[in-house]
Amino acid sequence: MVKVIIDDIEVEVEPGTTILNAARQIGGDVVPPAMCYYSKLQGSGGKCRTCLVEVAAGSAADPRPMPKLVASCSTPVMDGMIVKNKTSERVYDNRAAVTEFLLINHPLDCPICDQAGECHLQDLGFEHGKEGTRYEEKRRTFDPIDIGDKIKLHMNRCILCYRCVYTANQLTDQRVHGVMHRGDHAEISTYIEKAIDNDFSGNVIDVCPVGALTDKTFRFKSRVWFLKPMEASCECTKCAGKAVVWMFGDEIYRVTGRKDKYGEIEDIDGKTAWICNECRFDKKDKTKWTIEGPRVINRHSVISQNKYIVDERLELKKLTGK
Amino acid sequence: MGRKLLLEHANVPGIETFEVYRRNGGYRSVEKALKTMSPQNVVEEVQASGLRGRGGAGFPTGMKWSFLAKPEGVPRYLLCNADESEPGTFKDRYLMEKIPHLLIEGMIVSSYALGCNQSYIYIRGEYMWVLEIVEKAIAEAYANGFLGKNILGSGYDLDLAIAPGGGAYICGEETALIESLEGKRGNPRIKPPFPAVKGLWGCPTVVNNVESIAAVVPIVNDGGAEYAKIGIGKSTGTKLISACGNLVKPGVYEIELGLSVEEFIYSDEWCGGIANGKKIKACVPGGSSVPILPANLITKTAEGTDRLMTYESLAEGGFATGSMLGSGGFIVFDEDQCIVRNTWNFARFYAHESCGQCSPCREGTGWMEKVLRRLEHGQGHMHDIDLLAEINKKIEGNTICPLGDAAAWPVAAAIRHFREEFEWHVTHPDEAVKRNFGIASNHMPLV
Repeated sequence: MVKVIIDDIEVEVEPGTTILNAARQIGGDVVPPAMCYYSKLQGSGGKCRTCLVEVAAGSAADPRPMPKLVASCSTPVMDGMIVKNKTSERVYDNRAAVTEFLLINHPLDCPICDQAGECHLQDLGFEHGKEGTRYEEKRRTFDPIDIGDKIKLHMNRCILCYRCVYTANQLTDQRVHGVMHRGDHAEISTYIEKAIDNDFSGNVIDVCPVGALTDKTFRFKSRVWFLKPMEASCECTKCAGKAVVWMFGDEIYRVTGRKDKYGEIEDIDGKTAWICNECRFDKKDKTKWTIEGPRVINRHSVISQNKYIVDERLELKKLTGK
Repeated sequence: MGRKLLLEHANVPGIETFEVYRRNGGYRSVEKALKTMSPQNVVEEVQASGLRGRGGAGFPTGMKWSFLAKPEGVPRYLLCNADESEPGTFKDRYLMEKIPHLLIEGMIVSSYALGCNQSYIYIRGEYMWVLEIVEKAIAEAYANGFLGKNILGSGYDLDLAIAPGGGAYICGEETALIESLEGKRGNPRIKPPFPAVKGLWGCPTVVNNVESIAAVVPIVNDGGAEYAKIGIGKSTGTKLISACGNLVKPGVYEIELGLSVEEFIYSDEWCGGIANGKKIKACVPGGSSVPILPANLITKTAEGTDRLMTYESLAEGGFATGSMLGSGGFIVFDEDQCIVRNTWNFARFYAHESCGQCSPCREGTGWMEKVLRRLEHGQGHMHDIDLLAEINKKIEGNTICPLGDAAAWPVAAAIRHFREEFEWHVTHPDEAVKRNFGIASNHMPLV
């Protein structure tokens, strides 16, 4: 085990753990935001640069500070490393700049975007964005395209995190989509608008941090915060059948995987509980699911607003015994 | 006239053929290394020579070689980076086109030193005719027993293959080069692990520039100590400089490091001064990614000492008043050239060539290009100049690979040294548009 200090909090982690994962073991606001890193996807991370942190001391053996900010999702910890995240002005300054970069070509169409309310870029913009924009140029635009009959790709909103590419690479047999072109004109696309046709292709929607990939069976049906997320399970031959159904009254509006507070699909019985396309797109009938209970959405989201109120007086009572 | 180690025989007729090259002392180093030296001896000679990577970063080649991991039973690879695409740099093209066997000879000796049995030359996609020349030379080397199994009866096997790129600047970054060679999209990898530990197909790999590999030949022939006698301090040996811009005699020159910049630009032996009797305005001494120098800082440093063609002297004064030797792409601007236009041109190149993987570079290079285009076309505002400086500060150091830095430095330096010219574009929008750059007589003086 190696000892590392992040924002003056000491934590012991396995050797080879990244700074980000060490911070996640501490939890709370010590955790840097991550737009591209996805612990369930091998090779992801390092691209969005929102998780940049300052390393004030490289290790106990070599306590020199690292000159540049490092991507915490891809830098392994060393014994005696001292990391500054929320305690560093420099980190905040540069994270604000990265947020600005991510937003210059991103349309501010949250009012009509299906991801609104569960969008990581919204959260990032809220925490690190600035008021107004300094970008006077025309934004790059693409036409929305269908990739397969169930998935809509809005390339305008894409932040090129590559998560969907890794998902397709690691969950499906033959990946037919990837990144084409270079620079700010790079785009996610399928090979000449080929349809993605695979039982697990719908997971690209779950991993997308923004509203670039959306579920066509749910698009424009409802805002996510009007729906009740419920944990549900079903008998499925293709996947574990553990999902979250988003209900309005007795009707199921959409089905997603069970995401944890970092927006990553949870592990159930040691395996990442990706759900298959049949569960996601076709099982909208309540009788096909066993509803297990309400799902707590603990990412600072509007979804949980007014649903699961933590009664502070009750909590206080528990603590003080009065 | 300085000593020439690489281009000494470059103008001998027929030097691109094996016979003529061999008659002029070619492949001596292979015989010497394979017959009389151990691989470790070769590495030691290169370390003693003080040779620094000629691709731009100037990292000592011998030290790079010594970092190569050598686990048992795992193949190692030597890759030659011939993906020379930096604006202003064309030295490797000249070397490969004129004297291809020198590169092959260097590859054999270097591969022997590193214990590689398979090496690759990754060549830029736009250099298709050069690829044919080098391919022909490789075939000749095979035919004469310098490549293949049991070279010169020493028991050492080496296969050398040539791989063309698709014409992307980013594939000159070593990990992107490896990705591209593996048949993937040329995106730089996230480091660590470094290629010396995990490179091509997950095996230890060394990536060296064409000129660095060619320089191994004279080092082995004459000894590292002899090579280290040329040059000043930590800048040893000779360097190919591709001089271009408003010079009387642009071209590729082999100089001994330590030559003064003044002599290089104005002496008839080298560039012969500024064309058409004009005055020098600015100079980019090491390829488009290094900071530009204004006229008063080219031949003299800020302290008033003579500036020399060495890694240290050109970098003297840091980024405030210095620059870098870089890859040796020496671009000279005369008094009529517009720095804003040139900076926009460079920014356009980097915006086009950014791989789009990490956000600061992908979005930042495109943003800078758009702002500079507006400024150049008389649609800029005063606050755009500060905005540019702000953007490039946020790109620098925050990216996966050095392309972000390379895109940021020239813009930062242009604003630092030529701010009034940027301001002139804002205050004189009509004149900024009307200037005609092709014809000198239509030029409207700047400021």
